[in-house]
Amino acid sequence: MSKPKNQCSKGHGTPKAKERDQKVCIRFKCSVMNTLTDVLRHRPGWVEVKDEGEWDFYWCDVSWLRENFDHTYMDEHVRISHFRNHYELTRKNYMVKNLKRFRKQLEREVGKLEAAKCDFFPKTFELPSDYHLFVEEFRKTPGITWIMKPVARSQGKGIFLFRKLKDIMDWRKLGLCVCQDVGRPDDQKDDIAVENYVAQRYIENPYLIGGRKFDLRVYVLVMSYIPLRAWLYRDGFVRFSNTRFTLSSIDDHYVHLTNVAVQKTSPDYDPEKGCKWMIQRFRQYLTSKHGPEAVETLFQDMDNIFIKSLQSVQKVIISDKHCFELYGYDILIDQDLKPWLLEVNASPSLAASSQEDYQLKTCLLEDTLHIVDMEARLTGKEKRVGGFDLMWNDGPVSREEEGIDTSGTGNFVANTHLGCNNDRKKQLRQLFRSLHSQKKVTS
Amino acid sequence: MLQEEEDLSLTIAHIVQKLKGSRLYSQLERQAWVSLQKPEIKLESLKEDIKEFFKISGWEKKLQNAVYSELTVFPLPRHPAAPPEHLKEPLVYMRKAQGSWEKRILKSLNSMCTELSIPLARKRPVVEQKELLNKWNEMGTDEPDLSLFRPVYAPKDFLEVLINLRNPNYENGDHLNIKTHLGLIQVPLKVKYISELKEFFVELSLNTGQLGIDDATQVPPELFENEHVRLGQKVLAEQDSAAAQQYIRQGSPTALRAELWALILNVSNQPEDLLYYEQLKSNVIQHDLLVDSLIYKDVKLTASNDDYYFVFEDYLYQVLLCFSRDTSVLGHFAYNSASPPKSYIRGKLGMEDYAVFYPPNGVIPFHGFSMYVAPLCFLYHEPSKLYQIFREMYVRFFFRLHSISSHPSGIVSLCLLFETLLQTHLPQLFYHLREIGAQPLRISFKWMVRAFSGYLATDQLLLLWDRILGYNSLEILAVLAAAVFAFRAVNLMEVTSLAAAEAVLADLSTLKVMPLLQIFLFATVT
Repeated sequence: MSKPKNQCSKGHGTPKAKERDQKVCIRFKCSVMNTLTDVLRHRPGWVEVKDEGEWDFYWCDVSWLRENFDHTYMDEHVRISHFRNHYELTRKNYMVKNLKRFRKQLEREVGKLEAAKCDFFPKTFELPSDYHLFVEEFRKTPGITWIMKPVARSQGKGIFLFRKLKDIMDWRKLGLCVCQDVGRPDDQKDDIAVENYVAQRYIENPYLIGGRKFDLRVYVLVMSYIPLRAWLYRDGFVRFSNTRFTLSSIDDHYVHLTNVAVQKTSPDYDPEKGCKWMIQRFRQYLTSKHGPEAVETLFQDMDNIFIKSLQSVQKVIISDKHCFELYGYDILIDQDLKPWLLEVNASPSLAASSQEDYQLKTCLLEDTLHIVDMEARLTGKEKRVGGFDLMWNDGPVSREEEGIDTSGTGNFVANTHLGCNNDRKKQLRQLFRSLHSQKKVTS
Repeated sequence: MLQEEEDLSLTIAHIVQKLKGSRLYSQLERQAWVSLQKPEIKLESLKEDIKEFFKISGWEKKLQNAVYSELTVFPLPRHPAAPPEHLKEPLVYMRKAQGSWEKRILKSLNSMCTELSIPLARKRPVVEQKELLNKWNEMGTDEPDLSLFRPVYAPKDFLEVLINLRNPNYENGDHLNIKTHLGLIQVPLKVKYISELKEFFVELSLNTGQLGIDDATQVPPELFENEHVRLGQKVLAEQDSAAAQQYIRQGSPTALRAELWALILNVSNQPEDLLYYEQLKSNVIQHDLLVDSLIYKDVKLTASNDDYYFVFEDYLYQVLLCFSRDTSVLGHFAYNSASPPKSYIRGKLGMEDYAVFYPPNGVIPFHGFSMYVAPLCFLYHEPSKLYQIFREMYVRFFFRLHSISSHPSGIVSLCLLFETLLQTHLPQLFYHLREIGAQPLRISFKWMVRAFSGYLATDQLLLLWDRILGYNSLEILAVLAAAVFAFRAVNLMEVTSLAAAEAVLADLSTLKVMPLLQIFLFATVT
């Protein structure tokens, strides 16, 4: 994978970076309109490479990563869009484990108050391994609803709700069988392929708008884990369930799951309707209802979710300097305006469901590529690039100009602007103009 | 002098009479009786003491707000000898035009009725009543077969009627001259010149702070925004309608808007109001009206398909269905040029004793009607309050957008104002569009009829409606329409067909309303 190292600079114009063929993106089922290919093809100086050609940049999918990452040599400048073991954050069972461990660590080292900040994840148990622990918790709080989610599937597949243990009895028999019969011959083991599931406490009092449940999709870009550098994108969207929320119909998938993929199969799904709001609109709606302070607190709590979740896997993820990752965080808000983390996606959907959505995703991807900075234009000291704000740079980042403030000294305002005005075009113009003139001076 | 005094006393008498029948009067009476218990009230100076008590306890403010509300809404009787029709509409030819338009609408409604053999109204069987009550909060999930229903009329039908309006007393001559109006509206109504608009909208000028401009991210909030918010909170604390109306001319902070609008419209959520709303709800449950299907159809066609308002579908039904049962709305027909349609009990046609207004509130919805309610759902979440706010907005403003009258905020005047502004300040554009068969009013009419709801982004729309409330006038809609054309003038000069012009102006969702208005009014060389 070697490549001539004639990157930009020298003021010669376009760098000759190449990119991996995008057919891997088309393998994503939901790419009806492929925003990523559009963005990559339009980037000046970027050329698409087919099949076995050499590449400097690869937006790969996780299956390729799993098979090939370990035997791929990458030059220093090469970039790839996933971390080797991202599943520590994105698979529900691993994430729970990591978060629990981190919470204990915080409690030991800092105290109960700080550890309590990790309570944004509804009580979760891995099954079948934690089955008995789960039953204990289940019996403690009878009558509440639980949700069962397969660990590794996406788009809402395999999820169901239950209130009684007998609903999962049969499933459990299957699971325990396999656990106990470790000594069985191989072929028989394969017949009963049991997936890992997590059983999670279902949030029964979600915040409703127009009687509908919704969740938030927020984008976080992580450039490295050690040190931890994370960026938060200002735009995002709110996905509405197509039907009114009620606890009485837990069999109705369409009511409870807000994934667009599931909604698309709901009988009254109208693709023209686009059950999405931009986060800005949502933030304004909440402000007019609850006032700016309550909304500010809510968004600060969400910042806390992003940072704590990343910190919990910081030591576990292999921080390869070639890797970066764009995560899609799914957040649910309950009626007390408390945000809950539902899950983190390593491959958030890049397909666009409407013109507005297409706009959002192309801008998101463009800004991601600006930060990845294959063209080596940035100085590395930027706190904002387009719609991304630097949220964490080995420590909290303050909105103030003085740079990193130490937390705890009042008046610290985090450098995040989720749901705020995104005048990225203007900012990018100013940024690149000043960078260009700086380069002119120094070269 | 004498005439003015007479007018004033007439006005006072009028308002006193109106308020005497209101709830506020009985509340004040009760408060006065209660205050007699207080030690401060002495028999010798009873009148002054009670007045003082009212002032301190805030009741005077409430009375002030009520009086202000009456003054704002109800036009004053021009002349004691003027017949009531003059209050509705002083010009005879306008009244006639409105009358024939109404006849057409009714005919359309009646024919739909007979075609589909659906009664105008029927009592619901008990089973159906129970079902509806259960589903009250999610009527949007209902999928009745609405394919045979058509909206009674659409804005473009109404536009055709306005285009054909003529004043029989007015002769323009056959030859074109400098005074010829090139637009579609050909009636000689008085509309404001730009200099008059500048005076009228003086709070929107370049050196006054505005929300929608001076709260942009680059502007430090200390310059304007913080102070404005503080002022808003003070106004709310004082509970003064008139002050609120003045304040909101510079825009309302998001967090205060719901309360400010309620204060200006003098809407408070008293238990009696809740009771009234519940009564309306039970009327809906008990009787089914043909108009309900029209409402359903309209919501499904417009609001449900909007990217931002689809979420509020259920609220829209809850408000609009109740609205059509609300007979208190009939009061506004005293100053509306329109008249409520009458329906007769079967077999008793023409006998006034057996006449009822249909629908009970006298308002027949048209295509896009639900868009008047949709933006309000952003601010009010409690159905009875949402309902009251909408009703007040309707009887103060929205009714003027679909009835033929000479009122300066009436749709005819708005259209004329729009065309005049365009012809005077962008003559080349106007002429070009006219030549290619794209009369500007054909494009902007639908914006104005809906008060831009559904065309602008919600936050921009709310900033616009702030000003409608602040200035108690809809003229700003015409100014904005002209400002939009001015903004897109360069592209419009290059189009060669009506369809292309429509395309240039199809998407207004990215527009920022206040800068456009400011530039058009105050920063364009005239």
